[in-house]
Amino acid sequence: MDIRLDAISHSYGGTEVLRDISLDIPTGKIVCFVGPSGCGKSTLLRLIGGLERATKGRVLQLGTPPMGCLNPLTYVFQDFALLPWRTVHGNISLVLEDHGIKGAAADAIISDVLARTKLSDFSNALPRQLSGGMKQRVAIARALAVKPAVMLMDEPLSALDSQTRELLMDDLVALWTRQPFTAAYVTHNLAEAVRLGHRIAVLSRRPGEIHEVVEIDMPLEERSHGNPELEKIQKHLWDMMRDEARAADEELLNV
Amino acid sequence: MSDATIKTQPIEVRFRGGGFAPKARRWVGLAVFVVLVSIMEIGTRSGWISALTLPKPSDVLATFKELWESGLLFKHLLPSLSRLAVGAAIGATVGVCAGVMIGLFSYVRAGLVPLVAAIFPIPKIALLPLFVIWFGIDEASKYALIAFGTFTPTVVATYGAVDNVDRSLIRMGQSFGLSWFSIVRKIVLPGAMPGILSGLRISLAIAIILLVAAEMLGAEYGIGAYILEAGSLYDLERLFAGVVILSLLGVILSTVIGFIERRLLGWRE
Ligand SMILES: Nc1ncnc2c1ncn2[C@@H]1O[C@H](COP(=O)(O)OP(=O)(O)OP(=O)(O)O)[C@@H](O)[C@H]1O
Ligand SMILES: [Mg+2]
Repeated sequence: MDIRLDAISHSYGGTEVLRDISLDIPTGKIVCFVGPSGCGKSTLLRLIGGLERATKGRVLQLGTPPMGCLNPLTYVFQDFALLPWRTVHGNISLVLEDHGIKGAAADAIISDVLARTKLSDFSNALPRQLSGGMKQRVAIARALAVKPAVMLMDEPLSALDSQTRELLMDDLVALWTRQPFTAAYVTHNLAEAVRLGHRIAVLSRRPGEIHEVVEIDMPLEERSHGNPELEKIQKHLWDMMRDEARAADEELLNV
Repeated sequence: MSDATIKTQPIEVRFRGGGFAPKARRWVGLAVFVVLVSIMEIGTRSGWISALTLPKPSDVLATFKELWESGLLFKHLLPSLSRLAVGAAIGATVGVCAGVMIGLFSYVRAGLVPLVAAIFPIPKIALLPLFVIWFGIDEASKYALIAFGTFTPTVVATYGAVDNVDRSLIRMGQSFGLSWFSIVRKIVLPGAMPGILSGLRISLAIAIILLVAAEMLGAEYGIGAYILEAGSLYDLERLFAGVVILSLLGVILSTVIGFIERRLLGWRE
């Protein structure tokens, strides 16, 4: 199932946040959104997932979600959004219960996703007993449990320290290589974008417009830390972003 | 400068963390009780507290024993407990439901919040004659008074607690396609539970206060009636025996809520 953004514009009250965004998120690809702070990336993601309605334009689903998909558009949040009163197991079963999946069927799914995110030993732990990286892996496991057609990830690694972030990026690459998933991935970290993105959309400062779309053909598993080709793309992205970020900063100063 | 640094002895960094994390210290509360009662006993025995100011704790205990042996204790206690249970259960249940509705629906909020604010400061005891006219002099008016008194603090605590539930968790529930009912039951209510329970502590204490008030008017048996009778005769021993029963009731209820908190809110730590 592909997602098509069709000329999306969005305003909050009088402030225009997004302007005329058109882009395809093709099946099995990770599309990264980068852009200066406040340019509307999170807003765009909420629009894609149907948590908010765009002022203008439409978000279209092309094709039908794959068989067994419980929640086609599934978020992974920056702040994990785990229920503190439920165990890891309970947090994942939460999203299955409403689909009538309980007991042994739920346990099978839960142990599968926990194995895929290397959390099998923590099934009965409460969120407060987990480290940040583990919490985010639980959130990813929860997202995988509903077999999403598209994962909507809003800075999923930003709350983590840089080592944990590296490790989790490897985990995401491994997950994707085993079974390609579709994702819209918001980040302000360009290293993440060139590491995970098949396609990187660079947004301008507010109101966010698509500045450029960079395609990276190199397969995910071949992209290593410090690869010269990726460095070059990252530098190109940074040059674009720096001007935008600086201009955005100056606008703030003039307010 | 460098001289000074060489000469001065190393000083261990002063510990300034800790505190602000109450732990269970079971016996301290009991010790405070014991000390206070001993002071009263010694004071009344030796005479520097006159018998008119305070009764002897040992006499109060004797009165208590008498109550127990004559079977009057349960004759007074049982009606009181049933009034408390029925009234507080009605008030707390309706209060939690109304509080959740206020927390969830803008129209209910707009309609009920000013009403609750208007009702809250009314001394419910002042309304007792009104309740007697509405519900009769029997049990119903006593239930109504206690229920009404527990209702308002429960509502306020509950909707405050619902307001404080992390919105990002609710968004999460919506994004996974959970039904409205599931979101309320599995996210809003557990998230509001700490606030609801601490509100319940206050509500139940108020329920005990109102229990006595209700029984002071037209009740043959009940702790309130017993205290009132003792008070009008200036029988301090019996008055204190009644008051001690009320205090014990408060301590028991508070312990029960503490137990529920430990069961339901173990995830907080
Ligand atoms: N609910 C809202 N009501 C009004 N304004 C909002 C709302 N949400 C976001 N905004 C505004 O829209 C703009 C874009 O916000 P958004 O959170 O989408 O930015 P972002 O690109 O995700 O930023 P960051 O990189 O800091 O996460 C900001 O200026 C913000 O103040
Ligand atoms: Mg954001």
